[in-house]
Amino acid sequence: MPDPSTSLRTRLGERAPLENLLDVKQLEVSYGAIKALKGIALSVGKGEAVALIGANGAGKTSTLRAISGMLKPHAGTITLRGQNVTGLKSHQLVPRGMAHAPEGRGVFPNLTVKENLDLGAYLRRDESGIADDLKKAFGYFPILEERKAQMAGTLSGGEQQMLAIARALMSRPTLLLLDEPSLGLAPQVTQTIFRILRDVNATGTSILLVEQNAHLALGLAQWAYVLETGEVVMEGTGKALLASEDIRKAYLGE
Amino acid sequence: MKSLAPVAIAIAVLAFLQAATASSEYFVYLSLLVGVNVVLAVSLNVINGMTGQFSIGHAGFMAVGAFSSALVSQQLDQYQLLGFLPAGVGRQLFFFLSLAIGGSLAGLCGFIVGLPSLRLRGDYLAIVTLGFGEIILVVVRNSPTLGGALGLSDTPQHTTFFSVWFAVFVVILFARRLLASPHGRNLVAIREDEVAAEAMGVDTTSYKVRAFVVSSFFAGVAGGLFAHFQSIITPGDSFSFVKSMEIVVMIVAGGLGSTTGAVVAAVVLTLLPEAMRAVFITVGGSNAALAQSIDQLRKPIFGLLLVVMMLTRPQGLFGTHEAWDLFKRKKPT
Repeated sequence: MPDPSTSLRTRLGERAPLENLLDVKQLEVSYGAIKALKGIALSVGKGEAVALIGANGAGKTSTLRAISGMLKPHAGTITLRGQNVTGLKSHQLVPRGMAHAPEGRGVFPNLTVKENLDLGAYLRRDESGIADDLKKAFGYFPILEERKAQMAGTLSGGEQQMLAIARALMSRPTLLLLDEPSLGLAPQVTQTIFRILRDVNATGTSILLVEQNAHLALGLAQWAYVLETGEVVMEGTGKALLASEDIRKAYLGE
Repeated sequence: MKSLAPVAIAIAVLAFLQAATASSEYFVYLSLLVGVNVVLAVSLNVINGMTGQFSIGHAGFMAVGAFSSALVSQQLDQYQLLGFLPAGVGRQLFFFLSLAIGGSLAGLCGFIVGLPSLRLRGDYLAIVTLGFGEIILVVVRNSPTLGGALGLSDTPQHTTFFSVWFAVFVVILFARRLLASPHGRNLVAIREDEVAAEAMGVDTTSYKVRAFVVSSFFAGVAGGLFAHFQSIITPGDSFSFVKSMEIVVMIVAGGLGSTTGAVVAAVVLTLLPEAMRAVFITVGGSNAALAQSIDQLRKPIFGLLLVVMMLTRPQGLFGTHEAWDLFKRKKPT
């Protein structure tokens, strides 16, 4: 691993030149006296899938929550489509095209699958567009259509995660934020979910993914950042990082 | 027009019932008590049941409504402002005005308390609401305008069977419509998972504050109704923490989130001590001291009921179901 005290991050591989959708600079977040993020800089291009990987407590979730407006950053700027959105809250960011599928799935257990999805589109008024997106969501996740009248709490873990992603997609986001979609799921289910995420990304939705499972995340992402104790220590293409000796040792257990 | 039909029917039915029951003073008194408790329970259910927040200061908002509307009524009574109208009409107008003021002030308090504290969750919010309820009583006890520790007496007795049960009708109708609306769906989303609701773009703080304001408003109206039939209101038990807990017990027993449950539980739990008293009088003769000690069993019974309920049916009598959903299901679709 490179020495975190050096401000120069290791950069592996060439990034595709894309127009920036999201640009984060010098983002800092503190919990009381503890500084969780010490100046994160990252960007997501239009249509790009970007992963944040790192160990527990590296600040992955904090970064995501600060970007999606659920945490107030102490310093730094967040720019979405050229607009400064620093300090805006979730309900102001969702209409600007950002959707967040929070960690631990967070479906509404006592509402049906259909009602969960309706809530995802709750800021939208275009009935026909919502119906289209519902069809699309059921296209991605056929199991959800089978279970649409079922209470979300009775779904399996994998199905709940699918529902959380489908619900986030119902707001028709340009940027989808995903927090640990593989958490607590069987490898096979995770594979399915990541395959679908790849499809979603292929239709032009940008993805910012936080993931413990570095192997999966780097397989999906075109670009990835490695976080360590609140700082980005390395970045690169998914492929290059997967091939990197350091990453293999630290995160893939090889 | 369609939406006005139930209102017209309710007015006709209530007017008829008022005329039919006028002869029994005891029945009317009980119905007023029950009605006020139903309004309190249904309104608290908006916060605790639908939105999933935990408020235990509902009696505080009731007190705000009671004391402010009583004060308004007493002041208005001194001036013959509407002397040109028939006495009854002018009085009912004043009464309505005082209830509106009481409710609005309570709603305003809900806003003031809610805005900073609804960022808090669970126990922390409960403690803030508890503190608010106690602060209101302390303020009343120490303000001469509100009669200090003696409270206000000689509040004109404007409350009738009709006015209380019309308020019940309005609050139930409101709760029902709210739950079916997009606003209600957002409240339920907050109850189910606040983080997810926030991620979905629901302005959770704003919706929680709105629920709080609406709920406090109805608590204030209930307080106003209460003040105008008790006539004497003191900053004591009828507005204390004990009262708040009574309302919480009602909605928990009825099923958090169910308006039907709140209504049924409020009726049953208000009548229960009365029924016990009646039973005791027939069994043991008219021993006033014993009757009084029976009345004091009300609190232990509340506690016992809650324990039994939580053990056997933790979701409450109705869970989150509503009576009107049953009718809907019976209809062929």
